[in-house]
Amino acid sequence: MTPFTTLTSIAVPLIRDNIDTDTIIPSCEIKGTGKTGLSEGLFAPWRYTDAGARTPDSSFALNDPAYAGTQILLAGKNFGCGSSREHAVWALAEYGFRCIIAESFAPIFEGNCIRNGMLPITCGRPVDPLFHGQIMTIDLTEQHMSIPGRFRPFHIDAESKAMLLGGLDAIDLTLRHASLISDWQAQDRKARPWVYL
Amino acid sequence: MAATLFDKIWDAHVIADLGGGTALIAIDRVFLHERTGAAALKSMALARRKVADPARVFAVMDHIVDTRPGRSDQTLMPGGQAFITETRAACRNAGITLFDVNDPDQGITHIISPELGIVLPGLTLIAPDSHTCTQGAFGALAWGIGSSEAEHAMVTGALRVKKPETMRVTFTGRLRKGVTAKDMILHLIAAQGAGGGKGCVVEFAGEAARALDIEARMTLCNMATEFAAFTGLIAPDDVTLDYLKGRRYAPDPQPDWSDLKSDEDAHFVYEIVIDAGTIAPMVSWGTSPEQSIALSGTVPADADPKALAYIGLAAGQPIAGTPINVAFIGSCTNARLSDLRRAAAIVKGKHVANGVLALVIPGSSAVKRAAEAEGLDQIFTDAGFEWRMSGCSLCFYAGGEGFPPGSRVISSTNRNFEGRQGPGIRTHIASPEVVAASAIAGRITAP
Repeated sequence: MTPFTTLTSIAVPLIRDNIDTDTIIPSCEIKGTGKTGLSEGLFAPWRYTDAGARTPDSSFALNDPAYAGTQILLAGKNFGCGSSREHAVWALAEYGFRCIIAESFAPIFEGNCIRNGMLPITCGRPVDPLFHGQIMTIDLTEQHMSIPGRFRPFHIDAESKAMLLGGLDAIDLTLRHASLISDWQAQDRKARPWVYL
Repeated sequence: MAATLFDKIWDAHVIADLGGGTALIAIDRVFLHERTGAAALKSMALARRKVADPARVFAVMDHIVDTRPGRSDQTLMPGGQAFITETRAACRNAGITLFDVNDPDQGITHIISPELGIVLPGLTLIAPDSHTCTQGAFGALAWGIGSSEAEHAMVTGALRVKKPETMRVTFTGRLRKGVTAKDMILHLIAAQGAGGGKGCVVEFAGEAARALDIEARMTLCNMATEFAAFTGLIAPDDVTLDYLKGRRYAPDPQPDWSDLKSDEDAHFVYEIVIDAGTIAPMVSWGTSPEQSIALSGTVPADADPKALAYIGLAAGQPIAGTPINVAFIGSCTNARLSDLRRAAAIVKGKHVANGVLALVIPGSSAVKRAAEAEGLDQIFTDAGFEWRMSGCSLCFYAGGEGFPPGSRVISSTNRNFEGRQGPGIRTHIASPEVVAASAIAGRITAP
């Protein structure tokens, strides 16, 4: 995983509440069992007037040349609600996004971000309109986001921050506790034998 | 110190404190399906990692498996077969128990897990599927995660979890006649918003929740994810224990689960109290489950214009009487035997309206057999419904089989998102009773 330290990019506003994972990546755009080949299907229902023919909808923000190469997405409440499909994060990442700033996130989506090097920033209130369409700088170490003349701190839990900063693989980290886990299971097997099939 | 049911299950599974509110939590059961499980299994194989304890991992074909009679590995979804064949091969390699396409125990994950006694009170159970919260109805901590987390749990037997906050939703009093668990959860989401669950573990409590049978409790917990909850949970009681007796993977004799309840003076971070007597039969009007109203109501005057444009309704318009093209009874929300019985009672001796496509997809192969033993299939087919094999089917559109373009669907499912059931398809979610009555009337109507 690529470590996340700082990021500077134009921020594309997609300010709508409850943007669901069926919209981020419709099930019919998930054509294989892997994690790639998804960016074309990203936001397909909104991005194309005809998804099959891939005819761009010029009114959709991602089709605006001003946002070409954007890595920061701004959204409303409960972003990423719906299906647990991690393909939503894989599609966003493959398109180039590295950070999503939203009023709030759906819990499973937020977890999927952390596991894929994507920084989810929860504002707890509408994203400052002054950030819309601006070149923003995100500093994860210092936990702040800024544009010239405007500066906002943000909160992230310690575990997520460490995972993103280090580009760490969660499974490798947990496997360091392998003996702790097996000791715990050996004890638990005595207390709850019926759990172990 | 007084503890909530969630606190008790959490504390019993903490292997290590990882700091900052995150703990390493032991995972007792993992359940996979071919849609997102395939990705987890593939990723695990590529990394040359192994399943730590395959006896506690299960898999089923439910998401893209065909539901037309006489099915095989073929699906109408382009590329769909690979999900099935790759999942099968990976399960075999890893030693994971698989309920395959035509296995008698095949069915939707969250329906067969209880049927087989795989979910049990006090367990931790995860699946790469958002509706894993359904299984919280048994007093288990059961929650949906992504494919990476499924891989993590299979390889390590544990997950790194930031401890969620707690919320209790208490339904006081009694439901009015004709009001169901589906209406309870839609009422809650409409009142509090689709983000209202704030990532909490939501315990459903109160007289009206306790009065629900086990299948209705599953419906209530099923849509905790539509409420942005970490998961939903109901304390186990005799109803739960009776259901689990004799199930294949359930212990016999049953362990003492009597402490699995929130202590009297346990503290919840958030408390919501709803008088169950005020809940009416509900239906969604828009493109989020929070955009739901009483069947007797009108589309809100301040309705989101984008949602209205997609759904093709006007603000202020009564929802009842809206013509429909399709009636769909199925999904992990409302396709258990009791759901099918109630819907069958409504359509018995009647016929679906001209031009309406009506489908029943039993939630599991066991539900299908039980329904057929009671003659429910005959009632549905006599009334003009298609009677299918079990699976998730058209709860979502995977690119194969779809409804006719432009269809308006009354659906017993859980999501009315734009495009959820196909590009441009307009979905209204409601109880199976409302779906059945609407199929007969050809328009959205109360039973």
